[in-house]
Amino acid sequence: MIISIASGKGGTGKTTVATNLAVSLGSEVQLLDCDVEEPNAHLFIHPVFDLTETVTTPVPEVDMDKCTLCGKCGDICQFKAIVVVGETVLPFEELCHSCGGCMAVCPEDAITEKGREWGIIQKGHRNGIEFIHGKLRVGEAMSPPLIKKVLSYTDPARLTIVDAPPGTSCPVIESMKNADFVLLVTEPTPFGLHDLKLAVGAVNILDIPCGLVINRSDLGDEKVKEYADQENLPILMEIPFDRQIAEAYSRGDMVVDVMPQWKEKFLELYEKIKALVEH
Amino acid sequence: MKVAITSTGKELSSNLDPRFGRAPYFIIVDPETMAFEVVENAQNINLPQGAGIQAGKTIADHDVDVLITGHCGPKAFKVLQNAGVKILTGVGGKVADAIEQYKKGELDLAGEADVEGHWV
Repeated sequence: MIISIASGKGGTGKTTVATNLAVSLGSEVQLLDCDVEEPNAHLFIHPVFDLTETVTTPVPEVDMDKCTLCGKCGDICQFKAIVVVGETVLPFEELCHSCGGCMAVCPEDAITEKGREWGIIQKGHRNGIEFIHGKLRVGEAMSPPLIKKVLSYTDPARLTIVDAPPGTSCPVIESMKNADFVLLVTEPTPFGLHDLKLAVGAVNILDIPCGLVINRSDLGDEKVKEYADQENLPILMEIPFDRQIAEAYSRGDMVVDVMPQWKEKFLELYEKIKALVEH
Repeated sequence: MKVAITSTGKELSSNLDPRFGRAPYFIIVDPETMAFEVVENAQNINLPQGAGIQAGKTIADHDVDVLITGHCGPKAFKVLQNAGVKILTGVGGKVADAIEQYKKGELDLAGEADVEGHWV
């Protein structure tokens, strides 16, 4: 089973819920941090990494000894990622979509592929939990291909918990679309509610069952609960605004380690999700 | 000697367009005779990406020696530099006035791209 933990708004507590749920469930679990633009689950899990894989995408490399400056590579490129100018050929790697067109049309076979590094995947473990995350190279414009790579480590024999990026755009859809259940973490504020509605809209289009965790649930107003009622969204857990929880978070500690009574609540949360998925 | 100016229109009295890659026209002038030709850049205006690169190629293919414009981003700068085109940035006003300023040596040579690359 795959559970994706998402939210419309950022900073609602996705990582807190994902990491504490994973640690409560123990060694049956793998945790995939798909927020490849700023992964942070490792700051709480403290995994030992035993594998680092560099992810590359093919881009053209031109052999100027063979090139006759005919310009066919530039003509076929739909992304203006390679251009013949003066006595040279300039590839612009960050614009390249790796289609291979320039290589195919070069009559002199002057273009070959080289790998451009655009992120890494790291795999590790802690107390039997398998942990995988991706780190996008700073400055890259597109994250979904790296998220796909992180998700390719999904082990069907385990329970997979996915920590999704915030928002409702492509990276989030990529992180949710193969899930059996989406757990939306929100907060009872106007911003929380506004972005929750967007996230629920996306989950409904994907047609995946979902439920809510309301974080800092004793702040703000009742509007999130009213919305949940009206949309028939089950509220599976409420986490109060608690100084001890905030302190644990700020130190990189797990809530379930500092306040062991929370382990029971996270296990309960999982049982509720299981019941909804099997229903 | 050929000087290209990014322009909003097709005349020497037109206003200089401060954008390089997405300027609608390039006016290519011989500063001694003031004879000029107009090169359309319309095909680049709606490109999702690479407008600066393609505009740089257009300038290079017209054997331009000097480009006068408002701003120039990093990719266009690289193309123009490889083509041996001198780049003068930070210029505004009418196209004809920009040429006069150039002739008097009042314009500054750009040492590097002055704006960031941008994505849609």
